Amino acid sequence: MGKLLAFWLCTLLASYTSAQHVEMVLVNEGIYTPLYGSAEEGQVSVSAFYMDVIPVSHGDFLEFVREFPQWQKGNVIKLFADERYLDNWTGTTSFPEYLKDKPVNNVSWFAAKAYCECRGKRLPTVDEWEFAAMASEDKADARRDSLYNVGILRSYEKPKTYLTSVGQSPKNYWGVKDLHGLVWEWTLDFNSIIITGESRNNGNTDRGLFCASGAVGASDLMNYAAFMRYALRSSLKANYSLTNLGFRCVADTENYDLITKK
Amino acid sequence: MKKEKFYQFKGVFYPLLFLLITLTNYSCQENKASTNGKFIKDASKIKVFGEMIAELTDPPFVPAPIGNRPAMKLYMEMEIIEEEAEMADGVTYMYWTFGGTVPGSFIRTRVGDLVEFKIKNHPDNKLPHNIDLHAVTGQGGGAEASFVAPGHEKTFSFKLINPGLYVYHCATAPVGMHVANGMYGLILVEPEGGLPPVDKEFYVMQGDFYTEGKFGQPGYQPFDMQKAIDENPDYVVFNGKVNSLTGDNALTATAGETVRLFFGNGGPNLASSFHVIGEIFDRVYVDGGDQINYNVGTTLIPAGGAAILEFKVEVPSNLVLVDHSIFRAFNKGALGIISVTGDENPTIFAGEIMEGIYKPEGSIIQNMPKDGIAIEVPKDLNKSEKIEAGKKLYMQACFACHQANGEGIANAFPPLAQADYLNADEDRAIDALIHGLSGEITVNGKKYNSIMPSQQLTDDEVASVLTYVYNSWGNNGSEITSEMVKKRRR
Repeated sequence: MGKLLAFWLCTLLASYTSAQHVEMVLVNEGIYTPLYGSAEEGQVSVSAFYMDVIPVSHGDFLEFVREFPQWQKGNVIKLFADERYLDNWTGTTSFPEYLKDKPVNNVSWFAAKAYCECRGKRLPTVDEWEFAAMASEDKADARRDSLYNVGILRSYEKPKTYLTSVGQSPKNYWGVKDLHGLVWEWTLDFNSIIITGESRNNGNTDRGLFCASGAVGASDLMNYAAFMRYALRSSLKANYSLTNLGFRCVADTENYDLITKK
Repeated sequence: MKKEKFYQFKGVFYPLLFLLITLTNYSCQENKASTNGKFIKDASKIKVFGEMIAELTDPPFVPAPIGNRPAMKLYMEMEIIEEEAEMADGVTYMYWTFGGTVPGSFIRTRVGDLVEFKIKNHPDNKLPHNIDLHAVTGQGGGAEASFVAPGHEKTFSFKLINPGLYVYHCATAPVGMHVANGMYGLILVEPEGGLPPVDKEFYVMQGDFYTEGKFGQPGYQPFDMQKAIDENPDYVVFNGKVNSLTGDNALTATAGETVRLFFGNGGPNLASSFHVIGEIFDRVYVDGGDQINYNVGTTLIPAGGAAILEFKVEVPSNLVLVDHSIFRAFNKGALGIISVTGDENPTIFAGEIMEGIYKPEGSIIQNMPKDGIAIEVPKDLNKSEKIEAGKKLYMQACFACHQANGEGIANAFPPLAQADYLNADEDRAIDALIHGLSGEITVNGKKYNSIMPSQQLTDDEVASVLTYVYNSWGNNGSEITSEMVKKRRR
């Protein structure tokens, strides 16, 4: 069923090669401790993957909806996107010109997932995203770098950052840009880790799931920024379209060759 | 025989047992007696009659009292807005708010009300939010049910079963940061029949803020997480910013009126030693609950707590609201004014009735100085000697308000350094020292409206300290003489 659906969503699968090529970079495999894990048992290993250097822009998404009209504003199946889907678009294939190089926003998880699949890619997992995003310009893991962390916290407080053009921030250690400072980004398994709405539950729930139980031990600044990301993710449903939420795609290393060589 | 005895025993035992049970029951109920001495009903069974849309108000105002209305179904809506606003003169901060204000809108209900609460998270907001109402019995005080993404809204419902004054706040991770950015307010649940009527009611909440720059440092000031963790705030303020309750924003009342303050403390960290200078709380509803304490000077309000404070304002004056952890009041902003107008009442406050010279030597006969005032200050100082003597006097008499380099304290005490008001008029400066100065003045383009008391200084001392001030910090270099001061004495 899932495959059938995917087939229907991307009926013109072959055509993804015609799309403008978005640069991807390799993020090497590694091990890290996510926010909700403990140092001893919570380590997660992340396999190497390729990640889009920049988030998907309005311009990119326009190409996509031209190819796949079922994802156009007004045509999208209501189950897959709420009323705010592509809210600032003026028509099925138009938006104000200034948005062209701004990150696409007001997209649902379904739409983001379809976009990536139709490009032969996929959405990153939370672990992949967090792993790539803990890198500063010169360190793969900058979570102990207070200046880097303060910068992230600042950007979370700054309003209307979704109106920033993509690709203007410096590359991080892996060569990826804009992971912080523009928009939140959808992840494939955004709802697998839940900060419960009652975020202070301590102990009477599955500790792995209710990560605020880890708040007691979360003392470094990075965790505060991460808390905000996890909180945002757990407030989402897959049909939600948010002003401050966009996405980018990743690819497994074996698929990457397929994408680029064609 | 045996049987008879048994029955006799039983005959005594049963009435005793009955009495015992009655007593036990009675004492149980006694413990549950509420403010007005009535026995508490099971508030969850209070019937709801009709419905209405609840009025919510911005601070410092509160909605109309519930009076005698029955419990109702109440609809209320609150919008969460993240917005940059003024923290102090020339200082801005990114506030997260319930209803666009800090503290958030005041909610007024009565016990037994059934509330349908809609929380709306503005689409431009970057973060999810929720609300934990301490008045609500249920998971997280509603936090879980109200957890809402930007651009979405949630509706949840609850019945209010405990009367009192309660804090509400956001409880989304990181909780401390949401509270530190201003996400708190008060919800009042009045008892059946309402609180006793008063003439004026106000809504004031204290909060501590943590900014990258120090107090008063101009420009946009981002939140400083490390200072928050260290519990070392730059600002401790009433109603979200310095000056929210002073100058034109001062609360007002007329002598003879009864005033009720709904005072809450949002924290996130500090407990408040709340005091109103020049008043005594006639009644304090301790912690916002049923217990009333009478005749209180300073009351402690914990972070996340509240109290209802009632007092009659008897005489005209400026009552000063402070956190009596007093550096917070004079150096971090925890200061507000209730301006009371009306007729003087000398029976209660007669003001200064006499001034004299205090002679601790007492029994030893002293000769009054012939010219009446001057005591023990070297005379005929030249200008540089005056400056030297004046500096010492300044550090004793003036420094606390006008600060070491004459910079004053923003919005409270005007600067002396390069001050146009000072340099323009020497006589006016002398007058300020010997007669005091009150009312609105403009110094270097900024308005100040407070009171400087007259200084108990001799003519020579006034001359010295003013000469020091005029010859410091870029002022015009004037020299003030004792004669000039003497002329201005009335």
